[in-house]
Amino acid sequence: MTVLSEWRKQGGKENIQALVDALPFAKFLDIRIDRKGNEITTILPFRDELVGNIALPAIHGGAIGSFLEITSVIQLLLLTDLERLPKTIDISVDFLRSGRPKETYGRAIVTRQGRRVASVRAEIWQEEKARPIAAAHGQYLLTPG
Amino acid sequence: MRRLTIWVVILLLNKIFDNLIEHFEGNLSSMFDAKQISELPPLAKAIGMELVEIKDRFCIVKVPYAAHLVGDPDTGVLHGGVITTALDNASGWAIRVHEDWIDGLSMATLDIRIDYMRPAEPHKDLIVQSTCYKMSKNVAFVRAFAHQGDPDDPVATSVAAFMLGTPNTEGKNL
Repeated sequence: MTVLSEWRKQGGKENIQALVDALPFAKFLDIRIDRKGNEITTILPFRDELVGNIALPAIHGGAIGSFLEITSVIQLLLLTDLERLPKTIDISVDFLRSGRPKETYGRAIVTRQGRRVASVRAEIWQEEKARPIAAAHGQYLLTPG
Repeated sequence: MRRLTIWVVILLLNKIFDNLIEHFEGNLSSMFDAKQISELPPLAKAIGMELVEIKDRFCIVKVPYAAHLVGDPDTGVLHGGVITTALDNASGWAIRVHEDWIDGLSMATLDIRIDYMRPAEPHKDLIVQSTCYKMSKNVAFVRAFAHQGDPDDPVATSVAAFMLGTPNTEGKNL
C-alpha cells in the first residue's frame, strides 16, 4: 500500500490535507491546503523554527524552497493520477523579497505535463499576491498509475 | 619511591593533555566567533544540521537522518526541501569565510538552482560541501553539492548567487 493509494481510500482529491499530513516533512512544516473548486492555495503558517535570519527576522531560504516545491507537487497530484510521488529532477528558486515572520501563501501552475516529465511554476506571497516573496520553476519525474 | 615517580609522571601527562585540549577548543571557538557563525539559524537547528568544517571559502555541514525529514514515506528518502535548506545554509557560510568577507556584512540568497542526481538513501547522513568561488563588491557566487559519504556519487548539486550588503537592521521585518 503506497501513500498515494492510501490517500485515495481517504477521499483522494477531495481531501488533499490528508495527503499533506501523510508526508513527514510537509507535516513538519505544518502546510495547510485551502481548496476552492479545482484551485488550491497552500498555506505555510509562521513559526520561529522557520527563521533563517534572526536579526530581521526573515524566513530561511530552505523553508521558502521547501514550500515552493511542496506547492508544486501538490498541484501536480491534483491534476494527475500517479502511482508514486513525483521525483524532483531540478528546481530553480528566485528569492524576490525577504520572507517576513507571518503566514505565507502559495499557488502553482503546471506549465507542461508529458508522460514522464512535468514542468511546474510556483509563486508564494504574504500580504499581496502581486508582490511575491519567491518564485520557483521545476521539472518533476512522473510514475503514471 | 618508584611508585611515587610513576604517579608524578601520570599527573604531569594529564596536565599536558588538559592544556592541549583547552588550546584546541580555544582556537576553534575563536575562529567561529570571528566569522559570526557561533549559532545555527533556527531552521538549520530544526532539521538537525551540524557544522563539520569551515575555512578558506569552503564549508562542510552534516544532516543526520531523521524521521521528520522524510519526503516520501514509501521509500524513506529525504525531502528535497531538507537538501535545499542544507545547500542554501552551507552556501551562505562559505561566503563568510572568503578572504574578502568583512565582519558585520550582511547577505541574502538571490537565487539557487538545484539538480537532483539521485534520491538520498534512508538512514544515512547527508553531507553538504560548498565553495564560494567568486566574491565581488555586491554579489557572491557559490557552488555546493550534497552526498552521503562518497563525493563522487552526489545526491544533488547547486549553484547560488547571494546579494551582499543587504539591509540587516534588527527587527526590520517585524
